[in-house]
Amino acid sequence: MKKLLLLGDEAIAQGGLDAGISGIYAYPGTPSTEIMEYVQGSSEAAERNIQREWSANEKTALEASLGLAYTGKRAMVCMKHVGLNVAADPFMNSALTGVNGGLVIVVADDPSMHSSQNEQDSRYYGKFALIPVLEPSNQQEAYDMTYAGFDLSEKYKIPVMLRITTRLSHSRAGIKTKEKKREKKLVLPEDPGQFILLPTFARIRYKGLLALQPNLRKEAEESPFNVYFDGKDRSFGIIACGIAYNYVMENYPDRIIPYPLLKISQYPFPVEMIRKITETCTAVLVLEDGYPFLEEMLIGLQKKGIPVKGRLDGTIPRDGELNPNIVSDALGIGYEKGKPVPGLVTNRPPALCKGCSHADLFTALNETLRKYKPGRVFSDIGCYTLGALPPFNSINTCVDMGASVTMAIGAADAGLIPSIAVIGDSTFTHSGMTGLLDAVNKNSPVTIIISDNSTTGMTGGQKSSATGRLESICTGIGVNPAHVRVLNPLRKEHETNVAIIKEEIEYRGVSVVIAQRECIQTAARRKRKAKQK
Amino acid sequence: MKKDIILAGVGGQGILTIAASIGLAALEENLELKQAEVHGMSQRGGAVQSHLRISDKDIASDLIPLGKADLVLSVEPLESLRYLPYLCPDGWLVTNSTPFVNIPDYPEMEDIRREIQKIQHHLIVDADRISKDIGSTRSSNIVMLGAASSFIGLETSLFEAGIDRIFRGKGEAVVRMNIRAFQAGREYVEMKLSGKSKSYNNSAG
Ligand SMILES: Cc1ncc(C[n+]2csc(CCOP(=O)(O)OP(=O)(O)O)c2C)c(N)n1
Repeated sequence: MKKLLLLGDEAIAQGGLDAGISGIYAYPGTPSTEIMEYVQGSSEAAERNIQREWSANEKTALEASLGLAYTGKRAMVCMKHVGLNVAADPFMNSALTGVNGGLVIVVADDPSMHSSQNEQDSRYYGKFALIPVLEPSNQQEAYDMTYAGFDLSEKYKIPVMLRITTRLSHSRAGIKTKEKKREKKLVLPEDPGQFILLPTFARIRYKGLLALQPNLRKEAEESPFNVYFDGKDRSFGIIACGIAYNYVMENYPDRIIPYPLLKISQYPFPVEMIRKITETCTAVLVLEDGYPFLEEMLIGLQKKGIPVKGRLDGTIPRDGELNPNIVSDALGIGYEKGKPVPGLVTNRPPALCKGCSHADLFTALNETLRKYKPGRVFSDIGCYTLGALPPFNSINTCVDMGASVTMAIGAADAGLIPSIAVIGDSTFTHSGMTGLLDAVNKNSPVTIIISDNSTTGMTGGQKSSATGRLESICTGIGVNPAHVRVLNPLRKEHETNVAIIKEEIEYRGVSVVIAQRECIQTAARRKRKAKQK
Repeated sequence: MKKDIILAGVGGQGILTIAASIGLAALEENLELKQAEVHGMSQRGGAVQSHLRISDKDIASDLIPLGKADLVLSVEPLESLRYLPYLCPDGWLVTNSTPFVNIPDYPEMEDIRREIQKIQHHLIVDADRISKDIGSTRSSNIVMLGAASSFIGLETSLFEAGIDRIFRGKGEAVVRMNIRAFQAGREYVEMKLSGKSKSYNNSAG
């Protein structure tokens, strides 16, 4: 059978399709976005009419996937690591309700923060929720684990997390696929109390979840994804989690490793396997992409046991993603670099596109705010965050999706008036709307500027939830319609726009300015498509 | 057979099309392949690179180790220098000569050229001019692929099959144009390496 050339993300999507999912839910977020995009582009998904619309945010996505799995069918939900913070409430509780069908929760971490605010390690969440975590080392495993993850989920009626990192999400390799499974039939849960987490039921569910743990650990001990390779030289043992395994292999071109090696790709930790390597070897190196999750547990708080090398003793940098060279150094092999980068090579950071609507908005906003001291523009996450950099230097914060609105409220409470929020349209519907309700309820003197390019730009131009409906949403939430203003961020409208922003900033109540002009990338794509037809 | 290739450019310049062409060519040969790409933030006009590894044996790491790349293929001259620590001592650096200036402190082109010329095996290709000469200004990436193709160690026909698969959806004319661009790049380098001509002359094509 011919192999498919797929990104790690796409391999997961194909794994889900072949495992017979009836729905996939997601909110875009690098490096997880391509999973949903692959399903949306799949003719098979269209024929089967698999649910594959973007959700408003990760919480709604996870809840919808749980609802689908409630009916006995197979569901998948995908998000980036910080998306799981947003979805943490249903995530934690879904471990207690369990599922009726199969549920695989895909979380893509971003060590080195290639496109993220932090590099949190989602394996902690898996342990926190007491559910199994699968962590592929390569694209084939990404496919196989998705496929197998549904069986594991159904066997124990529990959600299963699949954790990947950027490098695997965005790297392609050939994939061998498996036999296609049929979608499951709609069957409601046998136990009518399963999904009712009232304390009396929840306590029972929690005991059940705890009772499951030895079985989940046994699954990990016996998992084909966790492998112990013996080695002659026992002065040293290597534990490699997920993709770290590849970097070990890279350093031994003939694939003969002198030390015992434990590859871990399924959690909870295979404790017996770990004990075996620590009891066999006189020291151990722990390689993990992300936090020193296993390493810290191995060391513990008591001062005994064999030396553990890794991120905590400085063998490996404490932050940032692994690579073959870091691992080469940790193994004491070393490497020779090529020539250094010449001094004249300057940085080339990302920037707003030529003709971007956000740029014209920032130019107008900067002029409006010239008479104030800087430091009063709370912003958010999206392409417009690039307004923090020169030449604009327009915004002062970027924390988490939706925080612009609520931080502006808090600062206004403290007396910072005017207090301004700049937020994108997709970010606003993701989690800015609830903050706006807070502002309305206390008539906070804030101006919320929605820089509406009618797309989810930063992640590649996915559909934005409420395109064309932002005005009615804001008035519906209760903003006085006289203070919901729409402007067209274009250079030729500059004077008008400055005047509108000025009026609303000077208004001592909640005002919303919608700066509405289509993203030039999506506009160009739309025109190209129209031409092709 | 084993080739480790770094593809370099600026977000939006389309290095992934080159990567996909090489990838499909390798797949035609049933070779193993890994191709790490940059998606997300940097695609907004930032520096982007792709690590492309092809081999007749299994490939472990998605990332090429430092000092191990056989080829740096860049569609922008400044970007070609950013990945020198990856280039192995006898590796080739092949770059387009047209600067993409979207930063205020872009260095002088003469200085960039001088740095490139310090690399033992380098080729600076005026791919924009070549693509213009053959009447397809949008094909300079494929010209660059053609220019670097002789260092990749795959048959020309495999690349052409790869190009065909990528552009097929856009119609026969687009496929033909890109194959022509590929050939023009390849011929240019063959001529240059054989020392016959220092400057590209379109009358042959
Ligand atoms: C909780 C969370 N989910 C997803 C992301 C990824 N993300 C960053 S920016 C962005 C898109 C924002 O779109 P929009 O607000 O419309 O702004 P634009 O990029 O179009 O300017 C997304 C989805 C994130 N950082 N955090």
